[in-house]
Formats: sequence, C-alpha cells, structure tokens
Amino acid sequence: MRITVCIKQVPDTNKVEVDPVTGVLKRSGVDSKMNPYDLYAVETAMRLKEQSGGSVCVITMGPPQAEAVIKEAYSLGADTGVLLTDRAFAGADVLATSRAISAGIKKSGDFDLIICGKQSTDGDTAQVGPEISEWLNIPSVTNVKSITSFDETSITVERETPSSVETLRLEFPCLISVDKDIYIPRLPSYLRKKATADREILRLGINDLEDSDEKHYGLNGSPTQVQRIFPPESNSTREIWTGDGQQLSEKIIGKLKELKFVREVK
Amino acid sequence: MFSEQNYREILNIINDSERVLFKESINEEYSHDELGGTFSTPDLVVKVTSADEVSAVAEYAYSRDIPITARGSGTGLVGACVPVSAGIVIDMSMMNHILELDTDNLTVTVEPGVLLMELSKYVEENGLFYPPDPGEKTATIGGNISTNAGGMRAVKYGVTRDYVRALDVVLADGRHVSFGGKIVKNSSGYALKDLMIGSEGTLGIIVKATLKLLPLPKKTISLLIPFPDISTAINTVPEIIKAKCIPTAIEFMQKEVIEDAESYLGSKFPDSSSDAYLLLKFDGSSTEEIENYYDNTAQICLAAGASDIYISDTEERDETIWKARGAFLEAIKNSTTDMDEVDVVVPRSRVSEMVEFSHRLQQEVGARIKSFGHAGDGNLHIYVLKDDLDGEKWEITLKNAMDKMYAKAKELEGEVSGEHGIGFAKKEYLSRSLDPVSIELMKGIKQAFDPKNLLNPGKIF
Repeated sequence: MRITVCIKQVPDTNKVEVDPVTGVLKRSGVDSKMNPYDLYAVETAMRLKEQSGGSVCVITMGPPQAEAVIKEAYSLGADTGVLLTDRAFAGADVLATSRAISAGIKKSGDFDLIICGKQSTDGDTAQVGPEISEWLNIPSVTNVKSITSFDETSITVERETPSSVETLRLEFPCLISVDKDIYIPRLPSYLRKKATADREILRLGINDLEDSDEKHYGLNGSPTQVQRIFPPESNSTREIWTGDGQQLSEKIIGKLKELKFVREVK
Repeated sequence: MFSEQNYREILNIINDSERVLFKESINEEYSHDELGGTFSTPDLVVKVTSADEVSAVAEYAYSRDIPITARGSGTGLVGACVPVSAGIVIDMSMMNHILELDTDNLTVTVEPGVLLMELSKYVEENGLFYPPDPGEKTATIGGNISTNAGGMRAVKYGVTRDYVRALDVVLADGRHVSFGGKIVKNSSGYALKDLMIGSEGTLGIIVKATLKLLPLPKKTISLLIPFPDISTAINTVPEIIKAKCIPTAIEFMQKEVIEDAESYLGSKFPDSSSDAYLLLKFDGSSTEEIENYYDNTAQICLAAGASDIYISDTEERDETIWKARGAFLEAIKNSTTDMDEVDVVVPRSRVSEMVEFSHRLQQEVGARIKSFGHAGDGNLHIYVLKDDLDGEKWEITLKNAMDKMYAKAKELEGEVSGEHGIGFAKKEYLSRSLDPVSIELMKGIKQAFDPKNLLNPGKIF
C-alpha cells in the first residue's frame, strides 16, 4: 500500500494565544511539535505498512524549519518526506492550504491512501483533509476510529458519529482522517533518528507545482475573512467501555479510584 | 480514658461541632492509612484550621495526658498516621492555604495540608519548580516533610529535606516555635528543623513550612529504553551515573507491572516489545541542549544491550509513559487481594542484586512478588501479594518474605526505608537494622521533645 500522511507543525503549548491586533495565532517564541492528532495518522500508516508492505510518505506545508516534523516522521518510520515551502504559500486558509497540499501530493507520485489527523491543535477546523480529497476528486471519510480490513483495492473503516458507528468500504485511491486513540502512537526511535539524519526531503515551491498561479495560494488564494479568533471552551470528555458486567464494574471502580473519588476500605 | 467531658472541653476550644468528631461521627478512614496493615480508631478527631487551634488542643491534651496523632491525606503506607494508642487525631487537611510566594528569596510558604499536586501546580504557574516528586500527588506537604519523602527526581535534585528552609512547629505542650528561616546558610546551633523532617509526627506538629524553589526547567525529555531483561537494565544504571550526565529520574519497570497498569488505567503503553525498561528523564533550557546532553547516555545504553531508545519530547507522549508509571502502586494493588510493601534503599551499585533476590524469593516463599522503583537512587518498592493465600498462611508467608528481604537489604548495606518511613509497620525491622546506640540517641531526642510520650506514641522505635 502506498500511503501519504499529511502532517503539520504546531506550537508546543496548550495555551492558544491570539495577537489582539492582527487576529493571527502567535507562533514566535514557542517551541514547535508535530500536531498531536497527526501522530495517530502516522501510527495508522505505520501499522498498515507493517501489515501490507509498501511505503509511507509524509507531506507538510510551512516555513523551512517545518522540516523538523518530517525528520520526526522519519524517526517514526516514514520512508520519504515532502515539504511545501514558498513565501507564496504563506497566510493560507483551509482552501488555499488544501489546494497546495493536494498539488504537492500529485507532484510527489502515485498513492493508494491518504491519511490525515482529525484536526490540528492550532487551527482546529478539521477541514483540510476533506478538502484535499475534493481537489484530488477521491472519496474521503472523516472521524475514522478503526481500520476493519483492507485488500489490494480497498479499505474498510469504522467511522464514529455522535449517534452511531458506520462501517464503510472505500476503493483506492481515497482519503481518511483518523480520530484520536485509533492506536497508541509509537515514540520516535533514537536509532532511526540517527540513521535518517541525512535522508533527503523533497522541497517543493510554487513553481514546482502543475498550477503555479500565485492567486491560488497563500493569502491571495484565501477567501476566508477572520472576524475574531478565540479559544474554544473546554470540551467534555466521554469514554465508552465494553465488556461483561464483571469487567465493567472493575473498570468503573478502577476509574473512580484513579480519580480519587473512592478509596479502598479493608 | 478519653471521656465525654474531654470531648465537650475540646469542642469548647474549637467551637465548631462540624470539625470535632466523636464516636460514631468518626469516619472509618481515620483508623488506617492507604495500605491498611495497621488499624486503630481514635477517640476524637479534630479538623483544625489554624496553628492556634493546634496549640490549644495540644496544650489541653498535654495537661490530661491524651496522645495526639497528626494526619494529612492518610496516603502513608506504614501506619504512621494511625493512632495506635487512640487519643486525638488532628486532621491537618483543612490547613491547606498557600501563604506566600517570595520571588526574591525563591521560597513558598504553605500550610501543611496543601497537597503536593496543588503546590507543584501553583509554583509552576509562576515559572518556579518544587523538585521533590513523590508518586502520590494527593499527599499533603506536611506528610511529605514528616516522612522526608523522596520521589522520582531524587537522582538529580535530592529529597524533601533538601527543600525545607523553615518550619513552624507546635510542640507536645502546645508551645509554638519556629525552626530555620528563609536563609540559605545556617550554622546556628543544632539543626532542629532537620530533626523534624522525617520524624513522622513524633517530635512536634508541623503547622507551617517554607520551601525552597528553583527556576522551572523550560524543557524536559524522557527516554524509554527497552532492555532484554531486568538485570541488564539495572546493571546499566551505574554506568549512566558514572558518565556524569545526571538525569532527573532513572526508573526501572517490567513488562508485567506495565501490563497491570494498562489494565488498571484502560489505556495502552507506547511500547510492548521488551521485558524490561529503564525510564530516564532529563531537563534543561532547550531541546537541543538536552539532546546533546543525553547522547552519551544513549550510547552507553545501546552498548549495554538496549535494543533502541524511544524519545518522549512532548506532553502527550510523556502522559502515556508517566501516567502508567504513576499508577504502578494502585495497579499492583488492584491485581491482588492484599499486599504489603518493602521500601528499602540500597547503594545504587547493589540494586540489581536486590531485585534479583526478590524474584528468586517468589519460589522460595510461595507468593508473587512485584517490584518497580527508583533505580537511580537505589530506592526499591517491592510488593508481596496475598492473592488467594488464606489468613494464617498469608501472615506466615509475608513475615518470611519480609524477614528475608530486610536481611538481604542489610547485607547489601542498605536501610529499611528510602522514603515511606518506619511508622508502626516497620519498627521491628528498624530496630534490627540500626545499631543500639543510634536507637538510644533517637529515644533521647524523643524524650527531649516529648517527655510525656504523647505525640504519635508507639511509632518508629
């Protein structure tokens, strides 16, 4: 299976700070890391590759220093990496971003499956994945919570919605965006990091793309007008457990103890 | 005998019936601590809110020869807060205010009932760092001081004792005294403050503490290092220390304990390829600085037989590893019917001998024995599990296992307790381990502080 994973570099902080004058996310002065949701996408790709063979290519768009997330993906086991970097890409909204990334994917070779994280922790829109599939004219499924099976020509996935779980089969080529906790992401390997330190990264600028019209990318290609940005209110969390009565009661007790709501009395 | 009249007189002092618990209003939890091997119900519980109340209750108890035992969150493991001679339990958990953050002197002053997790959160929000890091985050700082708690960062930063600058203490007769100060150096007579630390409530009741802080390291990186077996893992630790690149923590863990934690937490550990792991943590001011720093350590581990080194450099990644590590005690507890622990500390070079000994002991005594611990400072937590052993058989098996492990620790030039204290449960082993002169001196100190033997009587020796 030839898999392409879309990854993004985001600020390494839990506090999203917005510049009150420009309304733009503050990124300077903060360490960067791979978008936590993308770790699940990379992990899903690595598991599929381990089962089916093939290759994993990662692609990102950003300033030159965004190559750090590609190197990180190498230390997780990715084979090749593409960095879309050009001043003309700067200031892109979801439309311009998805357009550039889809153009980069086309340029970087054939693929069977594109995997995205559910959303990014800085933009939070969850739209770039599905929009890439539109540009490439391939099917997509969001909120994938598990991979049921795959064969030479298709993949079957479970997608979670608030009220139901859908099982869907997609023919290649296609795109899925995976939910948190689909697998526990592996940690970067020191040995792989050393071994891939000099591995090449394919750098693409606007002139390398099939469509190199500046009006289609970056700020020029972004119809979105941002009125106001504010951090979302914290989400409630929910866990669903399955098992028989005995297992479930043990889990509930375990959870209550972990939360220190109850204490063991002998 | 504690009488109804004693109750009414103490109620008069406190003047709040919600905070003075007598007879059936005393919750069962006051009769034991977290491990529950020691049981005794107090005659009275007073939930104090000020040092003056502690003084008044102590003065009253002193005049009528009533024992007093101070209690924090009750998260101890050796029965130190259990009132074995009954009397009054003073519950410090409502004295939980952070009183002052002094950014000129880098100190924080707190009441003793502040929880460790509240303290670390508060100082870290202010860009500062309280290094002691015991696993039990819901313990009170008063309890931590009373046992000289250690925790995972001891390898680099030391233990609670190294961070206590000043203590306000109520003595047995109710007098309120201050030991130490915000000063960095002190050569002014006997170190009474240091005598209080680790004294498990037998010399006085801590009512205020001033703690030393450090600037908060900007970045931490953990390394999870898989080894083929536990002895190879632990035998690498002295090499790591010798390389003079000191991690803040060096923990060892084994697959079966990790699996207990996975089923207890209902979440997966990020690697399951090996039987044994070392977990190292480094801190510094930037990712690059830490990477340069740990590179040599990584090479040492690979040369010693590690199959790879996994890098945890973000909060999300740390969470998956350290949450499991933090849950080990509860997870092991959850996997059996009852258990007792050994908290021995041995020289770092002898850790693997101790761990291997405890493994072999399983066969010999006929019980499961699990361990994890601070490989970097030689402090081991070894647990003997009851499983389906019946009452009497369990008592005999446990005693046999304990006797052998403490004897082994002594042979390896170790001590009875690294951080949990002696309390009630480990008294016998302390008296066997220390020489009689040391015990005599300790008794003399107890006599000087508490001539009537009313403060937490029946503990330590």
